[in-house]
Amino acid sequence: MTDEGIAVPAVPVHADLATRRTMRRVAPRPVGPRWRLRLEVALFVTPALALMAVFVAWPVVSAVRMSFYRWKGFGPMDDFVGWRNYQRVLSDEVFTDAVMHNFMIVIASVIVQLPLGLLLAMLLNRRIVGQGLLRTIVFVPYVVAEVIAGVVWFQLLQPQYGVIDHLIEMVGLTPPEQGFLGTPDLALPTVFVVLTWKYLGLAVLLFLAGLQSVPDELFEAAQLDGAGWWQAQRRIALPLLGPTIRTWLFLSMIGSIQCFDMVWVLTQGGPANATTTMATYLISEGTQRHNYGIAGAASVLLFVIGFVLALVYQVFVLRRDREVLR
Amino acid sequence: MRSKTRSAALAAICAGVLTLAACGGDDDSSDESGGETTITWWHNSNNEPGKGYYEQVAKDFEADHEGVKIEIQAMAHEDMVDKLAAAFQSGDIPDVYMERGGGELADHVEAGMVKDISDSASEEIDKIGGSVAGWQVDGQTYALPFSLGVVGFWYNTDLFEQAGITEPPTTLAEFNDAVDKLKDAGIEPVSVGAGDGWPAAHYWYYTALRQCSQDTLTTALTDMDFSDPCFVKAGETVEEILDMDPFNKGFLATKAQEGATSASGLLATGKVAMEMQGHWEPGVMQGLTDDGKGLGDKTGWFPFPAVDGGAGDPAAALGGGDAWAVSEEAPDEAVEFVKYLLSDDVQTGFAENDMGLPTNAAASGSVKDPALAGLLEFRDQAPFVQLYFDTALGESVGGALNSEIALLFAGEASPQDVVDAVQEAADEEK
Repeated sequence: MTDEGIAVPAVPVHADLATRRTMRRVAPRPVGPRWRLRLEVALFVTPALALMAVFVAWPVVSAVRMSFYRWKGFGPMDDFVGWRNYQRVLSDEVFTDAVMHNFMIVIASVIVQLPLGLLLAMLLNRRIVGQGLLRTIVFVPYVVAEVIAGVVWFQLLQPQYGVIDHLIEMVGLTPPEQGFLGTPDLALPTVFVVLTWKYLGLAVLLFLAGLQSVPDELFEAAQLDGAGWWQAQRRIALPLLGPTIRTWLFLSMIGSIQCFDMVWVLTQGGPANATTTMATYLISEGTQRHNYGIAGAASVLLFVIGFVLALVYQVFVLRRDREVLR
Repeated sequence: MRSKTRSAALAAICAGVLTLAACGGDDDSSDESGGETTITWWHNSNNEPGKGYYEQVAKDFEADHEGVKIEIQAMAHEDMVDKLAAAFQSGDIPDVYMERGGGELADHVEAGMVKDISDSASEEIDKIGGSVAGWQVDGQTYALPFSLGVVGFWYNTDLFEQAGITEPPTTLAEFNDAVDKLKDAGIEPVSVGAGDGWPAAHYWYYTALRQCSQDTLTTALTDMDFSDPCFVKAGETVEEILDMDPFNKGFLATKAQEGATSASGLLATGKVAMEMQGHWEPGVMQGLTDDGKGLGDKTGWFPFPAVDGGAGDPAAALGGGDAWAVSEEAPDEAVEFVKYLLSDDVQTGFAENDMGLPTNAAASGSVKDPALAGLLEFRDQAPFVQLYFDTALGESVGGALNSEIALLFAGEASPQDVVDAVQEAADEEK
């Protein structure tokens, strides 16, 4: 809203201003079109707002409400329990372990996917034979539907009958007795390997796009000054990739916190709760055990954790990029 | 011009309101329009011959009852379960539908959604006998089980022969021998879909059934009190079985019945010699083999072996099934229809079409499959059929029990931990 609607002060402060205002008073904007404009805005915005309200706001509100009740999914929601559901979730080892697994995936992504993605992006940025083909191959897993990829990997990882066990045996090694997904200590790393296979393509794609925007002149200048390929990457490409890396980190972090599909297809959180994530916890408590109050509390906690992380990241990391842009 | 816009806006708002209203107000099913009573019926026999058979059954009933119309919705089992859950949330429940009994039914009863049919169907209840217990809440009956199966070991008769096992084991010691013989013959003895939880949990249910007397068990399940030491012993017996190392490699991540590498798939393709599963196993195995025959005539069945020193009856069976329930607001004709579904005629046809294991004794002789007939014999001679514990306890407590048993299988929980976990979840419910 601008100052158009505010009543004109009785005593003009400045002559120029007074004239302008007087002029305007002579020819005021008609009331009708403004009223119409508002109606038009309302008309165009209402459907979108209504959809948001029904499919975004309402579910969020009802999840929060659910988290304060003991409710089995039908009948009246009238057994108010206060913060009890939150207490139960936070004291449940399965949930705290799940949070830990989520953060392990976040950290492992940074340690493994970031350097690997950078390296691949830098290599693929060079002029090499079959560049396009190689780029496609790296990106294909990201395009495959997560559930399909999960089912394929589940079959590959079958103990005894799976391709991977077979390959390991051919090399002369012994695959784990209970299989990669059936051994509690190996299950989470295995899931992470599959996740890396799936999402490395996105990192490479983003980094490649970032590298495209680094002007060639800089590399040329560096070359003239006698810098090698490696030095040029480290001193020029890497610093200029900063904003891209920070954006990727953000996406990767949020994705890891919400990680569900792949885990559900591969292990359903098992064996022995070794691969649970917050999302699998709330699905198993909610739709499977009908403890909708607990699931509601868990989903609110998931939201809070994700929100706080995103906020902190925005304030402390991404702000730098915005300031640079300004 | 202006008024045109205004009326257009009004029309748009009205349209929005109408859409919302249409979403909310789904038509009630049991309308009585034009002197006709409509009964909605949901079932999961969506394949032939079951689908056609049920259509015929509905037609016969309509012919006998003037003014009654039955609206059938046949759907895949998973779809039906999802749609029923949604129906219970919205309160718009079909007149005749399937209940699995136990805690889930008790919740529905508590919410006032199921009709008490103890008096109106007393004759049928007497006829079915003890099996109806799983569908009773506080002594009142809310559904009539029409198919009831028991869990036991399905085995490959060829592989047993190869390993030199002449008689299926009847005690845990004999079971151990059989496992050893199969291993010596280079055959993986038993598959279990522990990745899905419940197939592993069935082992604990059965050992509890062997360790605890019927009284202890029934009281424990109704009062949700698991302090009797027999429940810890049940876990110890499971550990004993685990010590035999009988299960397929990677069983902790094995799925129950999806694909050739699932527990049922391994049995169906001859990769393992046996699997403990419910009465649906032959059907599942048929779906998992290319020729659609499953194990075919190599299919054998034996009950869970006796456990030495246990207080439980070795003839007691673990099982479960499906029952027809009538929603609270359904017309009286719906109850009549459910009674008709349990009649000698309909149950016999049900058995003849291989749709399940009839609960009406008059139809028992019509089950053709020899392995299933053996299972039926065991069921009918059992002193009682204990409903699957997770069903009996309800999803919340049952789910907690199953997940702790999964930890027991992974060697990460003790028998005492299992009892503690189920007790803790049960105390939350009280």
